[in-house]
Amino acid sequence: MNGRQSTVDARQSTRDGSPSTVLVARGLRLARGRREVLCGVDLAVDCGEVLALMGLSGSGKTTILRAVAGLDRFDAGEIRVDDVVIRARSDPRRTRRALRQRVGMVFQFHFLFEHLSAIENVMLAPVHVQRRPRGDAESRARQLLDQLGVAHRATALPRELSGGEAQRVAIARALAVDPPLLLLDEPTASLDPARRNELGDSIRQLASEGRTLVMTSHDDEFVRDFATRVIVLADGCVVEAGEPAAVLSNPQHPATRQLLQTDRDSPAWRPT
Amino acid sequence: MEIGRGTRVPRYLRRLQGTASKTFLCVFLVLSASLAAEEQPPLRWGGDAEGGAPYVEADPSDPQKVAGFDVEIAELIARELGRRAEFIQVAFNSLDQSAIRGDFDIGLSGIEDTPVRRGAVAASIPYYRFREVLTVRDADRERYRSLEDLRGHRAATLGGTIAYDMLLNAEREHGVIPVSYEDDVHPYSDLVIGRVDAVLLDNVLAARAMRRTRGLYTHPDAVAIGHYIVITSPRNTELRDRINAILRRAMADGTLESIFRKWNVWNDDQPQLYADLAGTQDLAKKGQSPFSQSLPSSAASSPSASTFEQTKRYFPALIRAAVITLLLSCLAMALAVAMGMAIAVGRVYGDRLSRVALTFYVEAMRGTPVLLQLFVIYYGLASVVLLPAFVAALIGLGLNYAAYESEIYRSALEAVPRGQLEAARILGFSEAQILRLVRGPQAFRLALAPMTNDFVALLKDSSLVSVITVVELTKQTQIFAANIGSWVVPGALCAALYLALSLPLARVARWLEERWRSSTV
Repeated sequence: MNGRQSTVDARQSTRDGSPSTVLVARGLRLARGRREVLCGVDLAVDCGEVLALMGLSGSGKTTILRAVAGLDRFDAGEIRVDDVVIRARSDPRRTRRALRQRVGMVFQFHFLFEHLSAIENVMLAPVHVQRRPRGDAESRARQLLDQLGVAHRATALPRELSGGEAQRVAIARALAVDPPLLLLDEPTASLDPARRNELGDSIRQLASEGRTLVMTSHDDEFVRDFATRVIVLADGCVVEAGEPAAVLSNPQHPATRQLLQTDRDSPAWRPT
Repeated sequence: MEIGRGTRVPRYLRRLQGTASKTFLCVFLVLSASLAAEEQPPLRWGGDAEGGAPYVEADPSDPQKVAGFDVEIAELIARELGRRAEFIQVAFNSLDQSAIRGDFDIGLSGIEDTPVRRGAVAASIPYYRFREVLTVRDADRERYRSLEDLRGHRAATLGGTIAYDMLLNAEREHGVIPVSYEDDVHPYSDLVIGRVDAVLLDNVLAARAMRRTRGLYTHPDAVAIGHYIVITSPRNTELRDRINAILRRAMADGTLESIFRKWNVWNDDQPQLYADLAGTQDLAKKGQSPFSQSLPSSAASSPSASTFEQTKRYFPALIRAAVITLLLSCLAMALAVAMGMAIAVGRVYGDRLSRVALTFYVEAMRGTPVLLQLFVIYYGLASVVLLPAFVAALIGLGLNYAAYESEIYRSALEAVPRGQLEAARILGFSEAQILRLVRGPQAFRLALAPMTNDFVALLKDSSLVSVITVVELTKQTQIFAANIGSWVVPGALCAALYLALSLPLARVARWLEERWRSSTV
């Protein structure tokens, strides 16, 4: 059971504490009832990195994203985003206030505001949270939609968008408040291969602009092609970490092997 | 019994043949006929026990047992007819319609003699003469001496009576504001607390109110003279004539006098009535009352006018009542929507204590009749706060519907996906902003269809407020129907007006939905 502890220190490949480190998590623990969802996760992400969190369902990938976004509290450890430190058991509401738009998140099911058009979804936070003039917010929103290739769908309502379009609008909405760290939960889950590559290009583009991205994924090909680093989780612990090509071509941990096996044998798990 | 006998006889008939069987049949028929004569069916008499003593008062422990002078007269008639009296409870305002339907054989419950009634049902000779008298607060006895003195003031009475017609006349002629009640107790209690300034009703009712309530004064002079009569189905004039004979005998031999003395309502007017009746035997037989003339004949209740003429006369009043219905429904709905939203937000976002309190409110309002709530607000709270009838109606309906609306909004708020709320939280919106910009607008769209539904229901439920003296569409229709003695035209008109009010609502709701579809940030 000692193997349950973090077997690989994610910091090995980073320079913890350096000014370019955007996200650091130390000893992150969370239990739901008797079940340990996270059992001491450490990770650090540098500015401009694209980190992929992989693992079977229930391994704790999404839980880490939600803790970093300030949606859920955690039991032990701490998270640092930029210069903001989130301690264990702190009220998510206060956490989010402290984080103040340092983190953006794109959900697996997008969760666009159904009553607003695409561009209104993107403009809402700049206008009402950042109090930017409408004109500025609108031109910035249009620019973001254009950059993501959905400017022609600006006036469409969410229910009129395809899965890929909705996802890109959701990315634009998250980027509208200009967060240095962007979290993506299963971004390829609802995309066909062509859209997947477009998304990959967008991710690369964002990283090259100096944004830091952390995504969860089941899609090892996508991770291999577009992530700069991968962390594999099993039962709430980091079991493997490193360059995607290295980790995924030569998996060391049984969980990683199982993950790749599952992926190859039954692509049916992949939500479409 | 009847059915059993009916099914047995044919079987007998099939088996029996020839002369012997015919003889048997004859014997059987004669026997059953004589049995029927001996076992007269009971005389079903209709009255309203809500009228109370001295007319008809129900025993609190057994509502089937009633007492009062009308009860004793009904028993007297039954006895004379060789039948047993059986009481049937009928709402006062429905007595005529019930007689026509044949729900009872005779009706008596302080039923007034009016030309319209004589046109609709078979009416007996008058058995009691009463005075319409004006009751005021002691302090006002010099100020309000007659209906003319009441210009711009509220005068109350029982709905559907001659007194109400007189107040309607007084409205036209002297600017009196008539207020119609469903019972004869609350006009006087509202007089005491100042909701109305005078009550015009029968001297019997006034005397009872004076005994019950202090601080009132009844002017002794009659504003008008009226009579109580017995009614029967218009097809049953034969029974009516027998009743007339019985009443005349009871007047002559002092039976009626002893009944009235027992109930303390005997006065000098009665011998006068009996003397007048003695000279008009022939007229009364023809079904006409020589006494109707002593009442100021209200233009509204003239039976000679055609239905079309009467409809034309009542139409403006119906339109006015429809406006009241619409106004009341709109204001009550606005209150219900505002309160419902506040309750829903409190139940979704509030702490434990406020959630429990609001849940209790919702369950209490939904679990008790709105009629009861209206009574409590109007009469029950009268000692604390004296609400005008319209305001009480508005608050009563509004508070009741707020409970229903809040449930609609609560479920609509909870139907907005949690993920959207989380997305908004990460974007930095405060909870209040999320409610205003994300959750509320979507919930309101979901709530629109059930809300429209509730508004139509409220429009119809608003007819309940007539119990606290607001004359809205249904009440006005009732008055109309009572005065022309038919429900056909008033009912159809009333239904048409309700539809005219409710149908555009669906259109407005659809228009709103369309408009919101293209809303901006």
